[in-house]
Amino acid sequence: MRRLALIALPYAWLLALFLVPFLIVFKISLSDIATAIPPYTPTLDFRAGWQGIKDFFSELDFENFAFLATDSLYWKAYVSSLTIAFISTILTLLVGYPIAYGMASAPDHWRPTLMMLVILPFWTSFLIRVYSWMGILSTEGYLNQLLLGLGLISTPLTILNTPTAVYIGIVYTYLPFMILPIYSALERMDGSLLEAAEDLGCSRLTAFWLITVPLSKTGIIAGCFLVFIPVIGEFVIPSLLGGSQTLMIGKVLWEEFFNNRDWPVASAVAVVLLLILIVPIVLFQMNEQKSREAEQ
Amino acid sequence: MAQNVFEPWNDPAEKPLIQFKGVTKRFGEFVAIDNQTFDIYEREFFALLGPSGCGKTTMMRMLAGFETPTEGTILLGGQDMAPIPPNKRAINMMFQSYALFPHLSVWENIAFGLRRDNKPKAEIEARVAEMLKLTRLEQFAKRKPHQISGGQRQRVALARCLAKAPKLLLLDEPMGALDAKLRQATQFELMDIQEKTGTTFVIVTHDQEEAMTVASRVAVMDNGRIIQADTPARIYEMPNSVYVADFIGEVTIIPGKVHRRDKGYDVTFAEGQPTLYSEFDAEFDNGQTGYLALRPEKVAISAERPEGRTNAVQGKIIDIAYLGNLSTYHVVLPNGQKIKAQTANTRRLSRRDFTWEDTVWLSWTDTAAVLLKG
Repeated sequence: MRRLALIALPYAWLLALFLVPFLIVFKISLSDIATAIPPYTPTLDFRAGWQGIKDFFSELDFENFAFLATDSLYWKAYVSSLTIAFISTILTLLVGYPIAYGMASAPDHWRPTLMMLVILPFWTSFLIRVYSWMGILSTEGYLNQLLLGLGLISTPLTILNTPTAVYIGIVYTYLPFMILPIYSALERMDGSLLEAAEDLGCSRLTAFWLITVPLSKTGIIAGCFLVFIPVIGEFVIPSLLGGSQTLMIGKVLWEEFFNNRDWPVASAVAVVLLLILIVPIVLFQMNEQKSREAEQ
Repeated sequence: MAQNVFEPWNDPAEKPLIQFKGVTKRFGEFVAIDNQTFDIYEREFFALLGPSGCGKTTMMRMLAGFETPTEGTILLGGQDMAPIPPNKRAINMMFQSYALFPHLSVWENIAFGLRRDNKPKAEIEARVAEMLKLTRLEQFAKRKPHQISGGQRQRVALARCLAKAPKLLLLDEPMGALDAKLRQATQFELMDIQEKTGTTFVIVTHDQEEAMTVASRVAVMDNGRIIQADTPARIYEMPNSVYVADFIGEVTIIPGKVHRRDKGYDVTFAEGQPTLYSEFDAEFDNGQTGYLALRPEKVAISAERPEGRTNAVQGKIIDIAYLGNLSTYHVVLPNGQKIKAQTANTRRLSRRDFTWEDTVWLSWTDTAAVLLKG
């Protein structure tokens, strides 16, 4: 009984904050656009009694989902989001792994400081940090001034409002989510394993591939999902740094909601996005489960 | 009789497998190994014994190649080891933590070193099978290290470093993680495997009983130096210093002034106490301070003064350590000197002859004690 009560609490939380909002969004996605407040029909009218509820359900349909399939903008945006998420996950891994490795091999007394440095950016608002990247990457920005000043380039580089800027922004923002799980996997590793591998005839490099990488696998997978999943729906970074060139589903969603005021289509976009995300989320959970089992 | 005894260190024609020549290792200011020169011979089971921090692990890590000597050279079969990295040495090491690869099965762990040498598949399989058989792990080949017991893990670690048939096998506290019963069984198993494979073993341990059981020679270390390296029997019976006598087993040390008499020395250690006599071959000046080292099992305990013994003193029992098969009596003499005497408990405890506060006589033969300089 006590166990039941204990489990009930998080489930109630999940119900109130996830399932109910999702059902509302799902309902809107089945509605039609209307010039009204709220800007869709039908709305549930309890005054009409049973007939009202029946009318309400009869007016719901999957039109908006069919519409998403007809307009190439939407599937292109989904594919583009997945591509950007995939590439930036790889980039974040390439940047994050050496950092995590360096942290894990640093002397013990340095580690809390290094950890602090990784978490430190979170102390400032995410939005402000993305804005400051605009200041760095723009044509008159610090980066161009520096490169021009050093004489490395003669004309300023156009980085802002290109996909490159989006990748820079994503890698920068999501780096801690990659570093921390990898670091925690590497830190737990027994240093004598590498010595044993060397003793048995491995070079340093083969020991890294045969021992270090497999043993940090769960950290790598966790980090990749922690980057990949939120980046698919990322909206702020592509809209601030990517300009009009970058097509991402989060941006499309925003435009449908606020520029077109088409709530039903926007909701349909959101529902499809959620369905796409379920796959990596389930895989992520399976990875976590596996790593917990391995520890026992 | 003597020709069958394994004592290559006494044979000048024998070439040592390992030679330490004036090896010093410093970590910053700290001297871990202090100018050591010694040899280890083929097929030896050589134990480095000492308290933690005495440098025994550093010695082993230098052999494995994880540390380089600050001064001096280490030779393996006459070849200088300094330029050879750990992965190219014909030396394998068994780590204290075993360092088994957790993501690989027992089979893959044992095959790891063989695969690095790009040996043909059939040869690897045959060698791993042989190792599994030697360590009685056949049924566990497919398991991961976390799915087997501590004792089995220890055997996997041993099989893994034996698989490459090294010239020298290093064992760092190999039984540190095992409980007492299993440790004893494993010690004999280890000796058995060493004999079967004919590999030279160097073991690092802080457990003197373990070192005495398995080793052909024991090197007792302190502060980066080998104090004495000899067979277990000689280390125990003929320690060369108070440190060694004290480190190995139980001992009573009686300091006193020595005077030459007949084949040995008289030792006067306190006023009002009888002069002790020890027949021992050593060079002392008359009046020099010597230390009489006396093993408790060589001291007899009796109610009456024993007949015809030079070495007999009277004292009071202040403590009895009951070990089941043995009892150690702590007897204090009137001048405050404590002496330990050990007797086998051949009778039931309730019929014990002596108890606390009893006044007893302790006695030992002329040859029982060892006379040391310090």
